[in-house]
Amino acid sequence: MTPLAAILVRDMRLSVRVGGGALMGVLFFVTVVTLMPFALGPDLVLLKRIGPAILWLAALLASLLALDRLFAADHDDGSLDLILMGRMPLELVVAAKALAHWLTTGLPLIVAAPLIGLLLDLDAPAEGALVLTLIAGTPALTFIGLVGAAIAVTLRRGGLLLAVIVLPLTVPVLIFGVAAANAAVGGTVPFGTPFTVLCALSLASSAVGPFAAAAALRQEME
Amino acid sequence: MRLAAVDLACRRGARDVFAGVSFAVASGEALTIRGRNGAGKSSLLRQVAGLVRIAGGQLTIEGGDPELTIGEQAHYLGHQDALKSSLSVAENLRFWAGFFDAGSTDLEKPLTAVGLGGLADLPAAYLSAGQRRRLSIARLLAVKRPIWLLDEPTSTLDQPAQERLAEFMRSHLTGGGLILVATHGDVGLDGAQELRLDSSFSRSSECGHGGDG
Amino acid sequence: MAIINLANPSRFLALATRTIPWLGGLTLLVFAFAINQAMSAPDDYQQGATVKIMFLHVPGAWLGMLGWLVMTVAALGTLVWRHPLADVVAKAAAPIGAAFTLMCLVTGSLWGRPMWGTYWVWDARLTSMLVLFLLYLGVIAVWRTVEDPSRAARAAAILALVGALDLPIIKFSVDWWNTLHQGSSIFRMGGPTIDPSILIPLLIMALAFTLLFATLLLAATRNEILRRRVRAMRLMQASAAA
Repeated sequence: MTPLAAILVRDMRLSVRVGGGALMGVLFFVTVVTLMPFALGPDLVLLKRIGPAILWLAALLASLLALDRLFAADHDDGSLDLILMGRMPLELVVAAKALAHWLTTGLPLIVAAPLIGLLLDLDAPAEGALVLTLIAGTPALTFIGLVGAAIAVTLRRGGLLLAVIVLPLTVPVLIFGVAAANAAVGGTVPFGTPFTVLCALSLASSAVGPFAAAAALRQEME
Repeated sequence: MRLAAVDLACRRGARDVFAGVSFAVASGEALTIRGRNGAGKSSLLRQVAGLVRIAGGQLTIEGGDPELTIGEQAHYLGHQDALKSSLSVAENLRFWAGFFDAGSTDLEKPLTAVGLGGLADLPAAYLSAGQRRRLSIARLLAVKRPIWLLDEPTSTLDQPAQERLAEFMRSHLTGGGLILVATHGDVGLDGAQELRLDSSFSRSSECGHGGDG
Repeated sequence: MAIINLANPSRFLALATRTIPWLGGLTLLVFAFAINQAMSAPDDYQQGATVKIMFLHVPGAWLGMLGWLVMTVAALGTLVWRHPLADVVAKAAAPIGAAFTLMCLVTGSLWGRPMWGTYWVWDARLTSMLVLFLLYLGVIAVWRTVEDPSRAARAAAILALVGALDLPIIKFSVDWWNTLHQGSSIFRMGGPTIDPSILIPLLIMALAFTLLFATLLLAATRNEILRRRVRAMRLMQASAAA
């Protein structure tokens, strides 16, 4: 098994074992979406209109909160030391961890989103657009959050600090994700424009994120 | 292969942990690092592993793979066991063997050597502290790396396990490896060089990564 | 006393192993009768054959709530009486209760599609069931967070009790929230009165599902006891290897 495959398999295994966070993200996602109508009222016309925005916001929060333990767990039990001593470039290791994280928390969100969309009376085109934008956009959330998780672990703080430093960075993803989802069901901009930007954001963050995260982790040496 | 330090210094935050530390270890040789709490034993090992920045002096290696850093040719056995409780004994070891790219290693042999042969399928959560430490030691046997950096390796090990560890170390030295071991007690290595870290810098008892210097 | 004897997991295992086939068989018989009755029940003049969804929906709702009741009693057993079986039953009940609640939600949603023209409306009763479902998932998450069941048991028990206190408040709040927003949508499931020609098959169906619930709970409890024995044996294996 290559080092990267080893990391990928281990992280995915850990997330589905006892104490793992794979389903916690989805549960959080569903709960947040369920809470929205209690604040906004049960008016389906309204919920249908802002449904994509609600789902995107919930997906954003869910995928970030699950990032909290991404490096902290490895730091606390000494695994991070050994990972730093591996012969594989840290950037690649970090990217493999991000991929494992996306597969175990981002992907379940995408699967759950259409089901939860039914609660907000989204119709088929809106559901399709939503799933498509989440597929294109959640990798950006993971890779941006990756940097926050790496910074948080070097400061030995997690939770709220992670959310506070990462959420502002995700503003563009939220803007173009919701814009693309809305554009699919009507509106003035064509779907392609915001969707292309969303894809670009994911690609750019997957290129930059691992380098920034690895740089932050190397500061652990201090 | 020869690992040499000249005038090595270590700073943690604003505090000088040690300075002017020199040693040289060649293949087949061992170095025991002694000193009271806070003298910087752990920090020195972590510097060699590449986990703590070198504040002054030089650390060089002759021989070995020129493409690799010292840390990439070393095993580090720290205070923490680097094990995941929810993975089985075999899964833990297989991960590190895979991560350190040991190819298709036979895991049965190192596990049997450390006395965990029958427990391969149990979750690591079920192991005692000594068993966890032995599982960490199995990592050194499963993946070949010439330099062993051992930080208090005998803590939590009972007498038979300590003797077995001494055997592993002796056969590693016979095979041309080199060992740096930080310890308070006797690890069973006769003829090892000794390095005393008793610099006047260390006043505090808190130092290094694991709390114990 | 029989109850005291049952406190012993070994006796419970023996009893459960003997009881499960009979209870399962009885469940099958009652289901056969209930399905027959339900199929021969008349269609609703407004809802047509969709009314038959009620035969799944109503028992689902009732057993979803019963599941939490079982967990609440078991939680008292864990915290107050330290009954050795209590947290085993509590753990076994959570996924079963969640499954019945989900059955209620899914059937309600399928019923709503032809009736309301949408899969979901934020109807007070459906919404309360949705919150109940989320609470169940929370309890299951607690059980899945810690490997040691005795540690998870107390946390889950406290959560079950707090949930039991909060559920009526949730129900009340959701009702109030819903009437506050009534304006656009007044939906009532099942209609104002239920004709005996539907009510009797419905009760038989509810009985069948209750028997199913009991069978599943018994089997899941037995499995959990066995699972814990396996765990104890593996722990012994680890400590024996020293």
